[in-house]
Amino acid sequence: MIIDSQALTLRVAAIDRLSPDLAAVHLVAADGARLPPAAPGAHITLSLPLPVAARPLRNSYTLVAADPETGYRLVIRRAARSRGGSQFIHDRLAPGDLISATMPHNLFALHSQAKKHLLIGGGIGVTPLIAFLARLRATGARFELHQIAAPADLPVFAQLIDPRAGEPVHIHPGRAGFALEALLRAQPLGTHVYCCGPAGLMDAVEATAARLGWPASHVHREDFGAAGGEPFTLRLASDDRTIAVAADQTMLEALEAAGIDAPSLCRGGACGVCLMPVREGQPEHRDHYLGEDERREGRCVMPCVSRSRSPVLVLDI
Amino acid sequence: MTTLFKPDETFRDDYRYANSEAAILRFPFPFGEDGYMYGVNMEPHAPDRSDGAFVAAFDVDEHYVAECAERAEALALEPGRCIVLPHMREAQWDTLELIMESLAADYPDHFALTRSGDDWHWINRPLGIDQPFRFGDETTLPHPPFEYIVRQAQGDFTLQDQRDGTLYIDGGIATTPADWSIAFDVGMTFHEWHGPVPLAHQAGVFDRALQYLMRVRYGHPVRRLNWTMTINPRLDTSPENYPIWGPDRASLTPATIGSKLFLRVELQTFHRLPRSNALLFGIRTYLASIDDLTRVPKWGRRLHRVIRDLHPDIAGYKGLTRYREMLIAHLAKFDDGAITSPGIGPDLTTLGT
Repeated sequence: MIIDSQALTLRVAAIDRLSPDLAAVHLVAADGARLPPAAPGAHITLSLPLPVAARPLRNSYTLVAADPETGYRLVIRRAARSRGGSQFIHDRLAPGDLISATMPHNLFALHSQAKKHLLIGGGIGVTPLIAFLARLRATGARFELHQIAAPADLPVFAQLIDPRAGEPVHIHPGRAGFALEALLRAQPLGTHVYCCGPAGLMDAVEATAARLGWPASHVHREDFGAAGGEPFTLRLASDDRTIAVAADQTMLEALEAAGIDAPSLCRGGACGVCLMPVREGQPEHRDHYLGEDERREGRCVMPCVSRSRSPVLVLDI
Repeated sequence: MTTLFKPDETFRDDYRYANSEAAILRFPFPFGEDGYMYGVNMEPHAPDRSDGAFVAAFDVDEHYVAECAERAEALALEPGRCIVLPHMREAQWDTLELIMESLAADYPDHFALTRSGDDWHWINRPLGIDQPFRFGDETTLPHPPFEYIVRQAQGDFTLQDQRDGTLYIDGGIATTPADWSIAFDVGMTFHEWHGPVPLAHQAGVFDRALQYLMRVRYGHPVRRLNWTMTINPRLDTSPENYPIWGPDRASLTPATIGSKLFLRVELQTFHRLPRSNALLFGIRTYLASIDDLTRVPKWGRRLHRVIRDLHPDIAGYKGLTRYREMLIAHLAKFDDGAITSPGIGPDLTTLGT
């Protein structure tokens, strides 16, 4: 898919410090126009102009709320170990700043046929659950929500989720008291479970559900997709030219930027038009076009979506 | 863009329909080379700078007013041509917003949309519509939101719900179908509704197309061209009405095939809808007679080669078998064997006679 970092220009309208580590960021369109609406579960990718980096850092954040007129709301945790994106937002970003973002994109959608929606969040994984909750309340759908939070964070999570009287909403102080297997066992047929949080929690939900016989199609976890990846270098066999492929750029975009005449059509790994021969290196295939044998042989690659496992990929062009 | 509408055209009974010279030159001729085989021929639906069929998100041309009247007539005869399942309610409003926004942005002389919160005001000048309504409240519109807006758009539309690793056709309107029925297809998965297509399943075309379509993003629509042929400029070639139009296939003669046989091209567009995460599939049908097309020398040559060399299973699936030899003989007169240029363009700015 096309990596498109400049689709929206947003202005920071307000930043609310919810706790020392949690900030709510309110974004509006820089030109005052309407913003695109978004489904609950959708995210946007911000381009953050880190002062030390040569290129903007691209971080994806779930839309906690998305209203075309009043704007987008994110809740961002300061990550101790990170590439610096959340620290930048907490320490540098200020009301009035402009920031570019992708269009909203949803890889974590509510299922239209679910008889019941079981929402499980861990820590900052609460963000899509807040968006889900608003939708499920509005439609009157059956749901149950379990949020795990550090004991010190319980008040701020209670404020974010804002349970209403009689709603099956449970905020647990830590994993210890959260009985995952019993919870999944107790669900009626037709329930869909949605989990967002640390990988360990999401893996546990998937594994437990599978062990209890849940169909995989009823188990959903947050996904921001994998549009980019590690940077690598292309070399062209014909003239030994080298072309750098950045982390947030496709191989096809890098070839085009270097002035190579590279035919393409769908730019999504399906049509096969941009197929290129590989002389050396190990492609990381992400397309839907090549067969298993062709992938194993690694003698061709679809530059519109695929990348390289080896630091250098030599194209036979 | 100023378009001169032709409100008196008809697509049934007396078939008062014709393409202007400009309409022929902007026709989305579907063959980019001298042959045809199924493939994943989808590409980003980026507006191009020409005034061809790819100029807007939803193309409005000289047949707009007449096609909307044809749709109203088809729905009056058979209201079941528009079906939307209850869980697609949000996708209905998404469709209304996308089409209204796009028409107003692409054709500001003809359409206008003003919004204040949920109080919206829609103006459609060609159809004489001035409609204030409340977004999200279907009691403020004369029809449900999907039907309301597709009555003001050319071509058929379907709504796909994305779940369980596939797309379900959970709503749509089909008053201009190339022999398919929304009543029959509604609720089917992507592979089910494509079941009858020959050759393409074995080539993996539908597996790849599905993966591609499930990844279509909001703000990044894609398109493809598809084609078949129809006798007379009839938009409603539905299975429901097969007894009306099916026998026409036996009516062609060498003297009438140029004027009575139409290449029927579908400009198919795929838009991700933002609130529902559904996929809106537009099937915009263009009709040009063989006589229209052979006024473009490149298209006459190429059409001859495509039809002559077409795989018999595809010819059968598209319903061409009965008159194919007659058509090849007719088109041969326009093929001097010259090389044709790549791409679908006419390579002309004005037409000869």
